[in-house]
Amino acid sequence: MSGPAATSTGERSRASTQRAEPALPRLLAGIQPQGALTLDEHVAVHGPMPAAAGRGRRRDREQAATLIAEVARAGLLGHGGAAFPTATKMQAVAGARRRAIVLANGAEGEPASLKDRTLLESLPHLVLDGAILAAEAVGADEVIVCVCESAHEAHGSLSRALDERARGASGRAPALSLTTVPSHYVAGQESALVNYLSGGPAKPTFTPPMPFQQGVRRRPTLVNNVETLAHLALIARHGARWFRELGTPGQPGSALVTLSGAVAHPGVYEIEHGASLSSLIAAGGGSTARVRGALLGGYAGAWVAGELLNGVALSDEHLAPHGASLGAGVVLLLSEDACPVAETARLASWLAGQSARQCGPCVHGLDALASTLDELAAGSAGSRATQRIDRLASLVARRGACGHPDGALNPILSALHSFQAEFADHARHGLCEACARPGELPLPERPVTDARMRAAVSQR
Amino acid sequence: MSQRVRVNPIACEAHGMCAELLPERITLDEWGYPIVDETPLHGSEVAHAMRAARACPTLALLLERAGDERRR
Repeated sequence: MSGPAATSTGERSRASTQRAEPALPRLLAGIQPQGALTLDEHVAVHGPMPAAAGRGRRRDREQAATLIAEVARAGLLGHGGAAFPTATKMQAVAGARRRAIVLANGAEGEPASLKDRTLLESLPHLVLDGAILAAEAVGADEVIVCVCESAHEAHGSLSRALDERARGASGRAPALSLTTVPSHYVAGQESALVNYLSGGPAKPTFTPPMPFQQGVRRRPTLVNNVETLAHLALIARHGARWFRELGTPGQPGSALVTLSGAVAHPGVYEIEHGASLSSLIAAGGGSTARVRGALLGGYAGAWVAGELLNGVALSDEHLAPHGASLGAGVVLLLSEDACPVAETARLASWLAGQSARQCGPCVHGLDALASTLDELAAGSAGSRATQRIDRLASLVARRGACGHPDGALNPILSALHSFQAEFADHARHGLCEACARPGELPLPERPVTDARMRAAVSQR
Repeated sequence: MSQRVRVNPIACEAHGMCAELLPERITLDEWGYPIVDETPLHGSEVAHAMRAARACPTLALLLERAGDERRR
């Protein structure tokens, strides 16, 4: 596959005449193949952090409200997977009576995603800027950066970045700290993170109260994905209008995506929302095999397969008719050599194993789905397997304390829909030749760690 | 002010008392966990719902004000 307009920036720059530099990269500007940008290098790329909203002892509520309003005008949506409006969250926390806490959520437990880890490893100061600005805007006196315990390099970069800031003594208000969280899938869920940082297990809790009402140590807590905070740091510098120069009206700006699977240069790319899938694949050096389907959004996302792949644009508006979304920015290409039935069965088993095992319908339902899919792949499920899957799906949906059971249904049900012929074939004849091959979907035993490409960009 | 029932799925251990006491609203799935109709209760159902909530051994059945939902 080759894209029509992978990196041509001419039209864009003409549209915004004041700006000589190319519109992308934004977040990945100045990124190095190895190592992190120092504070000085970071300031050289982006300029200093804008004047504090709440500088000094008296918090200037008007200025703080200004940043939240600017984020609202920018239309920034969360990049952790749910695409929730960031300003709405900030507003809720700012309105609370008690002193707030900000969590920079870098607990990326998704084996197919590398973008948060890459951001923290390479550009820690951009995330810290965003977290400090968010804290000032909502009146928080504490920022906790949460990193996956397996992300050693990210942890190293961040602790060095925090040391640099401590030496610089910027005088900015919030206290900054760094903590590691378990690397299992649901640990990054908001309430699980809050639970863990309050001394409990890294498992979701029953809500309400939502974290913005009662979070870490019972204080109102703003939980933002680290990429979301990085965007916020740039909105504070350049404003909402600049932010909207890229992207779609409903989903402005750019996004980090983890491109993996059957592509020449798997890695983390920054795209404009609405960029075509083919331009992203072209930026990644092209596909290495015929592509059977793309899993979009991650392991709570959905498949797009066959001819539908040709017209795919990477924004939630364009993906909604496919039942998909950009989610946490995962774009995973499955080759024609892989068996989508075996891949789905493996993924379902992994997802069942990632249940926090707190809610009955999730524990029993996902286990039953996984074993039904195993039987289906082996051809031993009987003629009613798809009805059984539909019934199990209805028993699982919306019955967990967190979104995991619902998220797990997405790739399973969309695989059944996207790969109907393959599933029907397995139901009749059992295992196929491709079933014996090692799985293509990255799971913890085979994560996407070899994806080192970091700076390429893709536009519409 | 109308009310509705809701289950805390983390606390629920599938004792099944709720389905016995409030069958108008609650059935059990194949593993014994309650499937709850969360639409507002009729006035005549409220007393039964309160009894069911009190009877739950893990206090997992909640009686809430309808429209109080803040889940995302």
